Amino acid sequence: FPTINPSTGEIICQVAEADKADVDKAVKAACNAFRLGSPWRRMDASDRGRLLYKLADAIERDSAYLAELETLDNGKPYVIAYLADLPLVVKCLRYYAGWADKWEGKTIPVDGDYFTYTRHEPVGVCGQIIPWNFPLVMQAWKLGPALATGNTVVMKVAEQTPLTALYVASLIKEVGFPEGVVNILPGMGPTAGAAIANHMDVDKVAFTGSTEVGHLIQKAAGSSNLKKVTLELGGKSPNIILSDANLENAVEQSHIGLFFNQGQCCCAGSRVFVQSDVYDEFVERSVARAERRVVGDPFDFKTEQGPQVDQEQFNKILGYISSGKREGAKLMCGGGVAADRGYFIQPTVFGDVQDSMIIAREEIFGPVMQIFKFKTLEEVITRANDTKYGLAASVFTTDIDKANFVSSGLRAGTVWINCYNVFASQAPFGGYKASGNGRELGEYGLEAYTEVKTVTVKVPQKTS
Amino acid sequence: MAQRGTTRNGVADKIPASDLPQPVKIQQVRYTKIFINNEWHTSASGRTFPTRNPATGDTICEVQEADKEDVDKAVAAAKAAMQLDSAWRKMEPPRRGRLLHKLADLVERDRKLLATLETLDTGKPFLQAFFTDLEGSIKTLHYYGGWADKIHGKSVPVDETYLCLTRHEPIGICGAIIPWNFPLLMLMWKLAPALSCGNTVVIKPAEQTPLTALHIGSLIKEAGFPPGVVNIIPGFGSTAGAAIASHEGIDKVAFTGSTEVGQLIKEAAAKSNLKRVTLELGGKNPCIVFADCDLQMAVEEIQKGAFYNQGQCCTAASRVFVQDRIYEEFVRRSIENAKKIVIGDPLDPQTTHGPQIDQQQFEKIIGLIESGKKEGAKLEYGGGAVGEKSLFIHPTIFSEVKDSMRIAKEEIFGPVLCIFSFKSKQEVIERANNSQYGLVSAVFTTSMDRALSVSGALETGTVWINCYNAMHVQTPFGGYKMSGNGRELGEYALAEYSEVKTVTFKMNDSM
Repeated sequence: FPTINPSTGEIICQVAEADKADVDKAVKAACNAFRLGSPWRRMDASDRGRLLYKLADAIERDSAYLAELETLDNGKPYVIAYLADLPLVVKCLRYYAGWADKWEGKTIPVDGDYFTYTRHEPVGVCGQIIPWNFPLVMQAWKLGPALATGNTVVMKVAEQTPLTALYVASLIKEVGFPEGVVNILPGMGPTAGAAIANHMDVDKVAFTGSTEVGHLIQKAAGSSNLKKVTLELGGKSPNIILSDANLENAVEQSHIGLFFNQGQCCCAGSRVFVQSDVYDEFVERSVARAERRVVGDPFDFKTEQGPQVDQEQFNKILGYISSGKREGAKLMCGGGVAADRGYFIQPTVFGDVQDSMIIAREEIFGPVMQIFKFKTLEEVITRANDTKYGLAASVFTTDIDKANFVSSGLRAGTVWINCYNVFASQAPFGGYKASGNGRELGEYGLEAYTEVKTVTVKVPQKTS
Repeated sequence: MAQRGTTRNGVADKIPASDLPQPVKIQQVRYTKIFINNEWHTSASGRTFPTRNPATGDTICEVQEADKEDVDKAVAAAKAAMQLDSAWRKMEPPRRGRLLHKLADLVERDRKLLATLETLDTGKPFLQAFFTDLEGSIKTLHYYGGWADKIHGKSVPVDETYLCLTRHEPIGICGAIIPWNFPLLMLMWKLAPALSCGNTVVIKPAEQTPLTALHIGSLIKEAGFPPGVVNIIPGFGSTAGAAIASHEGIDKVAFTGSTEVGQLIKEAAAKSNLKRVTLELGGKNPCIVFADCDLQMAVEEIQKGAFYNQGQCCTAASRVFVQDRIYEEFVRRSIENAKKIVIGDPLDPQTTHGPQIDQQQFEKIIGLIESGKKEGAKLEYGGGAVGEKSLFIHPTIFSEVKDSMRIAKEEIFGPVLCIFSFKSKQEVIERANNSQYGLVSAVFTTSMDRALSVSGALETGTVWINCYNAMHVQTPFGGYKMSGNGRELGEYALAEYSEVKTVTFKMNDSM
């Protein structure tokens, strides 16, 4: 199948298309690499960590090339791929490299003459289905914890953006991971992805993508072998600006919070609630900022916003913009196509949005900001929580009590206070409600890749 | 990358002799000064002291001798590096971890040189230095490099409207006093967790063995640690060491050495500023060999335990209790096994046994051996010095040792294996625990029940089952009773280098 450069609409190259038979091959290899007595199962945990560390070093070495490839395939500005995406990848792998020999079980004082301890064992063969918005970063978020804990992996990369993950596969071989530990398949969701989710020999599936497909994955897991499931899905994240906020910081952070990565972030701050006192000024400043946003060739260092990833997304976003106009939201800037070639959309801001509008409720996944007005804290918390999603949220305020109150009340897996899109390998990330199950990153990220085994030994007489 | 594989007496199995690493020819030792603020200083007093090669008696070189004034300078540097706005305090934790990984890589680069220096300074066989001391040092640095950004506090649910968090902060300036038996490795056991947690350090290596520590100073600078984070002060215990223990500006001291000096350190810490204290002290470690054990394996492991590093290990297997049924056979096989030991020049790859560290230790060990003979233990093998004028002592085996003898009670710190017999499990556990020490112990048996119940009953910080000296950076190590306070290695060490701060926010009740 072809992979396309979204800046031009042209085909970059053809990629082998994996389907069920290829998934079967990969799962077989992963099972074999996981068998009792295999090099991977016998490897010292600290050596697993050393391999991850070496992989991070190799990726760092090839950063410039990988950033170029990422920009070609995905459309994100090169400067950002190089300065943001690649360092996040390297840091994530180094972070998990450090955990490999530190993920400890316990000895537990139980009743009776028994000696009881727990082992933290790998789950086994882990299917991982990753999205197109941050191809390399999403790959690292999945490989890091899975490999640190000793699992083997069958990974399906997004059909829109297979190239960088495939290059990383060559580095996995280069640094010395045993055969079969990591297997990477380019292919389509309904074929290769479904094959993984339904496979009887895959012990766990991790999926990042749309909530719609998340439902399918979970159903498939349930109807096949009850494989463990973790999901990172969509969001309609509320960004709440209180009247005592530092407005300049709030405007800039809110802008990045929505427009970053062409608006293609699961945690995009796509509902901006602004307290009535500062509403007009906030809107005016946000519109000015959006109008200044530089849309263009992602290889141009001045560019802030590249194209959307493909025709389908492009059409969908334009559809949402139409619905916004139709339902009476106030179009403040943008609202259309930004170039003749490629999938470029103008940075768009809607003001006076009502909670019932389609653009207020559905995930757009594009450069379209919705701004709402609110009066009180209780009201805004209620409205912010009134969504099936619960991935992220933010509060801008200088008042410590308000920050505590609002952040405690929001039903979201990450709450940013006076900032947005702060990602750290050390801190867990994941969704409440339909935004997902489970957490990635941090120590918490290890749990989904672990089976806890309790071992209880009868002893003739125990001693405390 | 480190290879999996066992090491016996520090030599990796299955490496052909032609591929074994060679010692480096050292024309002149490069680093002999005091390391403060990433710079090399001469001593305030102008004094130097010689460091000697115990295998030959030759002086290797002169080293600057630090005293109280130099310690004060080092503490001032460490304090400056610890200020709130300093590069070190502001450094992101993952970057601290990267520096530790970088240091590990540099140690790996200079591995042969460091192993050679260690051998010249301590007398330990070069291959042991290369495969055990250097391997352990590199692994320790990598392990703690991985912890730096994983030092978690908690958020805690409390009564009423408060938000409560704990922060695990660095303690501050940590003094570390290092012994001479594993100079580089013991340095890393302190340096790595201390730096991982964000502290600054003032380190005094042993006066007998300062050289590898000083070389590390050059690597600290090369790796990119900010000045003042690590300071290395060669000198004597009673002067520089005492200055550290009683310094009002040092927040914590970690000491590895004799129990006797450990007590002095703790007293000094209490009398000065109540600095936090961790101690790794002596041991009189019991091995219990049950009749159902794999006898040959027990003989070999225990011999490793007794004679490794010329017996100069806090973990030395110094009281071996053998069940009466297999006692004769055990003694016989131990003697046979001891004949495999090769005494010689530590730089020679064939050598597995080198000299004792210095004259003082030599005389103490000989004195205890003589007491063994005098008090009626049966000398089965060895029993004295090798040759007329050297620090080499024969691996020595005593049998029929009684619990009341001096060699049964006092830490010898030399190559002396003492074998006792016992009848019952109950009896031997009592006798094993009957000691002021409690560092390590070992149990040899094929019975799972016996292994679990005996290991539960022994009052030691480590219990080895069917092995000896199995040390891992991931697992805590330390003593019960007078063998020490606190734990090194593993996650547990982090607690010794952190200060817990509880932060409690009152929240507005009406919101």
